[in-house]
Amino acid sequence: MKAVIKGAGYILVHVPDMVLRNGTTQTTERIVNPDSEYLKELPKHLRSFEEVCSYWPNQVYIGNKTPDDLAALEADKVRGWADLKCDVTDRYGKFGQIMPQQQFLLLMQACDVFDLLKLDAGFVDKYKAEFAENPLITEDITARIPETQTEIAEIERLVKEEHSEGLYMNDVLVGCIKRAHDIDVNLSAHVMHENIVSKASSVLSILAAVKSTGIDKNEVEYIIDCCEEACGDMNQRGGGNFAKAAAEIAGLDNASGSDTRGFCAGPAHAIVEAAALVASGTYKTVMVTAGGCTAKLGMNAKNHVEKDLPALEDCLGGFAVVLTADNGIDPVINLNMVGRHTVGTGAAPQNVIGSLVAAPLEKNGLKITDIDKYSPEMQNPDITKPAGAGDVPLANYKMIAALAVKNGELQRADLATFPAKHGLVGWAPTQGHIPSGVPYIGFAKDDILAGKIKNAMIIGKGSLFLGRMTNLFDGVSFVIEANDGNNQAEGGVSEAEVKGLIAKAMKDFAAALMEQAE
Amino acid sequence: MSILAGKKVVIIGDRDGIPGLAIEACAKTAGAEVVFSSTECFV
Repeated sequence: MKAVIKGAGYILVHVPDMVLRNGTTQTTERIVNPDSEYLKELPKHLRSFEEVCSYWPNQVYIGNKTPDDLAALEADKVRGWADLKCDVTDRYGKFGQIMPQQQFLLLMQACDVFDLLKLDAGFVDKYKAEFAENPLITEDITARIPETQTEIAEIERLVKEEHSEGLYMNDVLVGCIKRAHDIDVNLSAHVMHENIVSKASSVLSILAAVKSTGIDKNEVEYIIDCCEEACGDMNQRGGGNFAKAAAEIAGLDNASGSDTRGFCAGPAHAIVEAAALVASGTYKTVMVTAGGCTAKLGMNAKNHVEKDLPALEDCLGGFAVVLTADNGIDPVINLNMVGRHTVGTGAAPQNVIGSLVAAPLEKNGLKITDIDKYSPEMQNPDITKPAGAGDVPLANYKMIAALAVKNGELQRADLATFPAKHGLVGWAPTQGHIPSGVPYIGFAKDDILAGKIKNAMIIGKGSLFLGRMTNLFDGVSFVIEANDGNNQAEGGVSEAEVKGLIAKAMKDFAAALMEQAE
Repeated sequence: MSILAGKKVVIIGDRDGIPGLAIEACAKTAGAEVVFSSTECFV
């Protein structure tokens, strides 16, 4: 049995107030330099929801525009795509949507099952109707919003006296998240805020994937969460299962699940695991999901403010990918072509790309140029270039091309054209795991089905050294390729066909008996 | 004579560029004393 990509959902959540109050660049600055010019300037650089919806990379992320559309744009050398208004400004796309902050606060409350998230009654009255009208929000989810909300005076008291984390709308306090334990730092209001945000954006991603693929929610038998947060208490800090927690709210009643972690490489690891679970026949339909990360909001905003750019890291990202048993149509994940950064691989860039790209291809008798499109780290260069981190996808393509030249698979003269031919421009927000290879999966499925490309390699990389447990780097890659249509079920026949064959044999047998009797 | 010989060196590598460990190996070969080395992730 093979696993196929049924489809994907991609969502963004515009959360300008969380940029100011929850991004670690800002929270750190507030501690070490509370009167800094940066903190005073930053609010002036926040974008409106309309500006976020008209930003080209965001329209690519939700599927209203394609990576090719983005590549064809003439970006400003300094300001990139920041000043270009996309001709499509719809907040809903074929892969998902861009959710405004006021709706997300209500979704967060719907995802809170321990009565920790309090919202101002007036705020809820104002926005509950528009929340209920969101096409991804089900009646079940709307029904989770409590009828009785909290007076603002009580919310102010909870923030001032009870260590609650404030929730803001246009810099006005409209709610809070209470700590879930008096002493346990793992259940502090700050951690609960981070985790409820991750869970809620994962729920939205799941709902987007269900809608874009058209699957029945009950088909999903297993779900893997691959974000970079940890939930647990003082006795098991990363105890986990964001996956089941989100599946519960999203209504995947038939799903079991678990979490997979690997920093930014988490999604690629999770998809390989999901494909293996489907290919082995353990589960027929598996979903991989991840919500967004509050800590990384405005991560590079100091540089953006300094260069008079908008604070572009103003959205949480989320995605979900649906994998099912081979249907003979959708693109296949080739589990014989998995790239592995092993413990012994080392950190040298040549070794990293060698293990993730060249090695799995070589094992299958393929050259680097045999892959039509590579999707490594797909960070939006508008965000990274002003911060001095360069164009990350382009850096990856240059390294892949250099290895191809070294291996004698590409002419040196073709180095310059390799990124455009085999690569993509980055469009994903710098939300760690979110840009790590996976933003292209939705497009890759469409491009393969349309015959534009025959295959694509997804590459995830992870900075394990950030956890201070090892100096090791990490990475994993896999190849999605066109379905040859010949392998709907191992052995050549499906369950339905077997039933048909048995029925026919019994009918023939009965006919033979009748004949004998006559 | 290497410009790094006998010098104390602080290394900050980039996850998507040259990692600290790789720079460290080069700097040591050039005779530097590495007093701090790490790799950071900017994305």
